[in-house]
Amino acid sequence: MMAEDQVIVGLEVHCQLDTKSKLFCGCSTDYRSDGPNTHVCPVCLGLPGAMPVLNKRSIEYAMKVAKALNCTVLQESEFSRKNYFYPDLDKAYQITQYDKPLAEGGYLEIESDEGGERRIRLTRIHVEEDPGRLVHMGNAERGKYSLVDYNRAGIPLIEIVSEPDMRSPKEARKFLNKLRATLEYLNVFDSDKEGSLRVDANISIKGNERVEVKNITSYKGVEKALTYEVTRQKNQIRRGQRIERETRHFIESTGITQSSRSKEQEHDYRYFPEPDLRPLQVQSWVEGIVLPELPDARRERFVLQYGCSLNHARTLTGELKLANFFEGVVAADPKGLSTLAATWIADTLIGELNFRSMNLDRVDAAGFTELIGILKQGIITDKSGIEVLRVMLDQRLKNEPTETPTVIVSLLNLAKNSGDTGAITAAITEAINENPKALEDYYAGKGGALNFLVGQVMKKTRGKADPGELNRMLIEALKKKEA
Amino acid sequence: MEVNELSFEPNDRYNAFLTVCKKAPYGKGKLSGMAIAVKDNISTKGIETTCASKILKGYVPPYDAHVVELLRHAGAAIVGKTNMDEFGMGTTTENSAFGPTLNPCDTGRVPGGSSGGSAAAVAGNMVKMALGTDTGGSIRCPAAFCGIVGLKPTYGRVSRYGLIAYANSLEQIGPMGRTVNDVSTLMQVIAGKDRHDSTTYDRPYSHTPVADVKGLKIGIPEEYFGEGVDPKVAGVVKTAIIRLKELGATTVSCSIPSMKFALAAYYVTCTCEASSNLARFDGVRYGPAADTKKSWHEAYREVRKAGFGPEVRRRIMLGTFALSSGYYGKYYTKAQVARENVKADFARIFSEVDLIAGPTMPTIAFKLKEKSDPLSMYLSDILTVPANLAGIPAISVPCGKVNGMPVGLQIMGRPFEDERVIDAAYAYEQAVK
Repeated sequence: MMAEDQVIVGLEVHCQLDTKSKLFCGCSTDYRSDGPNTHVCPVCLGLPGAMPVLNKRSIEYAMKVAKALNCTVLQESEFSRKNYFYPDLDKAYQITQYDKPLAEGGYLEIESDEGGERRIRLTRIHVEEDPGRLVHMGNAERGKYSLVDYNRAGIPLIEIVSEPDMRSPKEARKFLNKLRATLEYLNVFDSDKEGSLRVDANISIKGNERVEVKNITSYKGVEKALTYEVTRQKNQIRRGQRIERETRHFIESTGITQSSRSKEQEHDYRYFPEPDLRPLQVQSWVEGIVLPELPDARRERFVLQYGCSLNHARTLTGELKLANFFEGVVAADPKGLSTLAATWIADTLIGELNFRSMNLDRVDAAGFTELIGILKQGIITDKSGIEVLRVMLDQRLKNEPTETPTVIVSLLNLAKNSGDTGAITAAITEAINENPKALEDYYAGKGGALNFLVGQVMKKTRGKADPGELNRMLIEALKKKEA
Repeated sequence: MEVNELSFEPNDRYNAFLTVCKKAPYGKGKLSGMAIAVKDNISTKGIETTCASKILKGYVPPYDAHVVELLRHAGAAIVGKTNMDEFGMGTTTENSAFGPTLNPCDTGRVPGGSSGGSAAAVAGNMVKMALGTDTGGSIRCPAAFCGIVGLKPTYGRVSRYGLIAYANSLEQIGPMGRTVNDVSTLMQVIAGKDRHDSTTYDRPYSHTPVADVKGLKIGIPEEYFGEGVDPKVAGVVKTAIIRLKELGATTVSCSIPSMKFALAAYYVTCTCEASSNLARFDGVRYGPAADTKKSWHEAYREVRKAGFGPEVRRRIMLGTFALSSGYYGKYYTKAQVARENVKADFARIFSEVDLIAGPTMPTIAFKLKEKSDPLSMYLSDILTVPANLAGIPAISVPCGKVNGMPVGLQIMGRPFEDERVIDAAYAYEQAVK
């Protein structure tokens, strides 16, 4: 049963396919580090007389996606022209697919907000070319002029359209994350590339008109934009105002959506079949496509093979690189290391990386593996482990010379004081002398006092003391003192 | 590679050329040193290519059309770019932004169009052969009006890569010459699959004309001799067909009922495609620069209004309208159905006959400025557009005169039987020589 104010979300996701050459010409897609208009030819510049020739590889990539998402590849699909004027569109039409897309139907399973799996149905997948890019000199409205860069023009895109099956902004984000993971597992998409993903979202509150939110370019942005919309729309309904069907633009920097001047956005794209390309009959290729292990299968394997908790398995397999990283770390001793490694990667490492806005690629896998080994051997405490990890990440982040965990442990003198109880004994004595009130409380039977004293001793030993040992020694000392 | 230069300074009394290459380089090969003119909607690297439009004035393509590349490889000297109706939109070459071309047979008359410049260059003996393009008759009409030979090949037989598109699904580049043999020679060079044009087929042309029509069955559609066709023109063409019978062919009368809708289907399809093809001419990349002080859409409107001639503007607006939501089904979709009917009619007739023959144009060349209203001009395409709709090969070969002006005999064939069409035209040409 849907609640009265149920949120209904559908997404249109555009992803750049990670092919070597563009959709309709031989130009390289690797343009990001090069100057403007350096990866262009008569075809992708839309020069008069130039004609598109379909890149077979991009269709293969799109069909991999279609198969992985359980879609039906149509017997015959077709390219169409979407006509509109915009300076970044060199032919004044985009070659896309309209009434005969590559594939229809299909679904993607996500973890629902209530836990468990939820099936999000897909409407269709189609292939199209990316337009060029405008570079505004100053503000888009008030700047002196804009420059056009056609390097991006002709990069293959797939558009994946979902049914309005998501029930919250959070589910939308989960859908997107799952989709990204699937595309990465298929090796057809690189989410690290700037601008490789763009999302339009349709959102409504049950029983009201829907609003389209355009211009979302990040995973976080989807949740942000939709959360803003939910609040805005619900407030409007509460005030008794009607929601108008409209297109709104998401402003990433402020996190709000803004109504587009509707008249100018009302396009009539005048679609018609692209006469320079033949219809596509590729259904028979589907059978020959061999899919790699996909996120769901890998998640199940992580639970079975490594004994990961479902949550850890879900996190670890949620990104291809993370899953590969985990398997690399535990490769030497899967039985012994996997539980420890899963916790350290899924709980600790991801948090530290997010805190630094750092990419997993920059983590020294060998160093991290060594750290897990040191932790496993009980040479340092968990607390020290975090300290070592932070030093390792900071060194990378600042591009400083890097040191191995073993070196860091010895430089910071972090090895557990096991055997050498002198330092702990000294710290206990100090803590007891400095906190007579706590001592009094302890003897009075107040539970919090012991924890407080443990914390004080921990602080003085800079976390090197083994917590179990510390506890035992402290209680002993307190007993002695009482006697 | 050895490169020679051909001096080319024609006395162009007919305004056939928009650009003349006074020193045209050429190499070795089948067409070595031969002067060839190229219609100005075919891209030529380093040579201005305008489509006879102000909006492309100054545009110098950085690449050669595939056919131009093939011509250069065969040693031809590209000596200039020929006048045409702006973007190919017209039947007289009067719709050129750079003045009309005159008919060498009578300078008071039009050469036909849209490849009028190429026809005049050949008919006026300035070049031996030329390339034209044919969307709805644009090679065959000027060939008929100027008394030369012109072939519209089967759709997909000659690459369109580099041809500045007017109506992609209809048009073909084709050869024009004074003799069937010349047309055949040029066809040998330009036909074949091109990996840059997905609509081409691997059907090269390596034929040498054979003057033989013995045993061939020729269909004579009644619509080609009906209303709107000048009886004198019809008479000359009938005589020519009798000649083919004397050479051993048999004739059978037939009917193309779908011709009622052919012209409408043609004009809807070509204007729809044109409205999309020509949208890119916005002043950002070619032609007179847009005023950057204005908002981009205002600047676009200004450039396009000033840059396109009235006929081009009319067709862009017609096509834009026909594709708009709510009208697409009424126009574009219906036009495609009509087009399928035309194809089906031809397929049916060609299951019984080998060739179809009739007049190329319903009349002789018009006087300059005679066709002032667009509709009567569109009507004159009625006999040529069916071949474009069906994608079949069609040739126009001179077959006599009316009032001193040449008349063209049109011969159409099955898809990819350009050779047979050429042979029949050759047989006729040799017989009346």
